[in-house]
Amino acid sequence: MHKKVFQLLVDNTSGVLSRISGLFSRRGYNIESITAGTTANPRFTRITIVATGDEAILEQIEKQVGKLIDVRDIRELKPDSSVYRELILIKVRATDVQRQSIISVSDIFRAKIIDVDKDSMIIELTGTQNKIDAFLDLLDGYEILEIARTGIAGLKRGTEGVVEFD
Amino acid sequence: MLGADAMAKCLVEENVGVVFGYPGVAICPFFNSMLSVDIERVLVRTEQNAAHMASGYARISGKVGVCVATSGPGATNLITGIATAYADSIPLVCITGQVDSGQLGSDVFQEADITGAVESFVKYSYLVKNVEDIPRIFKEAFHIASTGRRGPVLIDVPIDIQNASISKFSYPAEVNLRTYKPTVKGHAVQIKKVIKAISRSERPIICVGGGVHLSNASEEVRDFAHKHGIPVVSTLMGISVMPTNDPLYFGMVGNNGKSYANRAMNESDLIIMIGARVADRAISQPDLIMDNTVLVHIDVDPAEIGKNVGPHIPLVGDIKAIFEEMAKCEVECNFAPWLETLEGYKADAPARKKPRPEYVDPAEFIRMLSEKLDDDAIYVADVGQNQMWSCGYHIVKKGRFLTSGGMGTMGYSIPAAIGARAAAPERQIVAVCGDGSFQMSMMELATMQQHSLPVKIIIFHNGYLGLVREYQYNVYKGHYSVVDLSGSPDFSKLSDAYGIPFYKLENMEGASDMLDDFLKCKDPALMEIMIDPLDVVK
Repeated sequence: MHKKVFQLLVDNTSGVLSRISGLFSRRGYNIESITAGTTANPRFTRITIVATGDEAILEQIEKQVGKLIDVRDIRELKPDSSVYRELILIKVRATDVQRQSIISVSDIFRAKIIDVDKDSMIIELTGTQNKIDAFLDLLDGYEILEIARTGIAGLKRGTEGVVEFD
Repeated sequence: MLGADAMAKCLVEENVGVVFGYPGVAICPFFNSMLSVDIERVLVRTEQNAAHMASGYARISGKVGVCVATSGPGATNLITGIATAYADSIPLVCITGQVDSGQLGSDVFQEADITGAVESFVKYSYLVKNVEDIPRIFKEAFHIASTGRRGPVLIDVPIDIQNASISKFSYPAEVNLRTYKPTVKGHAVQIKKVIKAISRSERPIICVGGGVHLSNASEEVRDFAHKHGIPVVSTLMGISVMPTNDPLYFGMVGNNGKSYANRAMNESDLIIMIGARVADRAISQPDLIMDNTVLVHIDVDPAEIGKNVGPHIPLVGDIKAIFEEMAKCEVECNFAPWLETLEGYKADAPARKKPRPEYVDPAEFIRMLSEKLDDDAIYVADVGQNQMWSCGYHIVKKGRFLTSGGMGTMGYSIPAAIGARAAAPERQIVAVCGDGSFQMSMMELATMQQHSLPVKIIIFHNGYLGLVREYQYNVYKGHYSVVDLSGSPDFSKLSDAYGIPFYKLENMEGASDMLDDFLKCKDPALMEIMIDPLDVVK
């Protein structure tokens, strides 16, 4: 099994996300995460998809997704020449005694405490998946109540291959 | 001008000659507007067949076929027909009425999320939300359906949009689709590679698929094969690219194909697949072929290349455009010894076992029928044993062979033949079906009569769902389950009820004369031929 990160630029039509996710489910492709958001031009949406499969499947994913009428561009974001980021929100149980040590761990990872309640806190961390996984490992001793992750968003480094809006 | 008037006008702009459809309240504004344009309207008897008729029409006319249905059940009934067209890459524009856009999503009477339901069977779909978008959407829909890899496009139009006033109708001269630009011209370097591969090859074979018809490239491909003396086999969908008796043609490949066609594929050192999917029925073990063979795969759809088998030389583009280029290339080659080998295989192929003489021999009957048909006749085979026998024994001269290949949809032949008739009223058209598939579409005899779209229909009557019975015989040791067609109507009385001349052939005695009479009928005619209930395909 390989993993690839694909970056898509799609027309912001109604149903474009369901067209893409429907393609994955009906052809049995594995999707690890999908994130979408508008771009500088509101007519376009940028989607980052992390998919797993063998080489032939990953090639088919690129071709079949690329074939959808609404998809303007699809390309692989290779790890060497791209940046990936993911955002995670973690709600962790924090008693008076635990609160300070959780803040210390968060500081090391440059995570932010964005909400504090009398017996819990919410931590926000942005980073690569490795960093997020390492942070979660460190929180192992605490009681994690809820987690929300965005999945990867990514961009290729530099200006080469940037698709111009028309 | 109303949205509905604009829809009708778009069809005029697209040069649509006929629409096949079934009205309901949600599409009534459109049908009302169709009264003021010069486009024939054919009322089908169930919506699925509207899509099949549009498919037959598209395949013979080379134009986009158009079918229309109302919201809810009308739209959902279309789905099998749309899926059938999608599987065979047939260009259709399917128009559905929809409930008032203000009520969308509230489960009102006859509401169905048709764009959602057909998503996996269309090339693209539209839900029209603004009446001003109608000209652009229709322009795009016809463009998408008829370019690149052809396929069905659905336009869902809520009734309030059909009834809304459009401020200005101007049909776009060009489409502006930023995200859709199919490749037409083949890459010059890849074309050179193909030519070089041919010059290095000793045992090349061309395998043609339905894409050759869709690209209208039969002549170019034939000329190429003849220029270099390269033998040709075909998939089910590629039948009639080559005349059956062309000395370079070695039949259909696949589980139900000719043994010598499969042998030619297996023993070749260069396979040139043209407009074919390399699907399971044609090539059962793609990996086997790759071991000692160079594979060239020519297709307009880049996603087909490498889907089932990884080619050595991929070549993406429109087949006609590619072969116009290829025709300019010169190759030093002599494949005479290879052809001789293949001719030997063909001569040695065992003849089909004769069925009991008290029944009609389907192989002999089809051969006889083929010989009597006009050179350019259109032969539409349904699905099942009748289809396999047709593939095996129909002799194509200059005509066309149509069938539902990818989806294998029973009941396709009669509506597709009626659609073909609308496209080519001057040509001879024969629909061949089984007693099972006939009963899936026999309601369309009324459509045929009402709209004067006569076709010749031949029912292979064996009292069984023959191909399934054959499968149950082989796999379940003859324990037949739900394949007995007892209860079928008396087809002579049925013909009489529809006012159609009827012929019945019990065995081969008198077959020739009866066929002559049958084909001589100017109007529709129905012939029932009695097949041994236990006869098998091979």
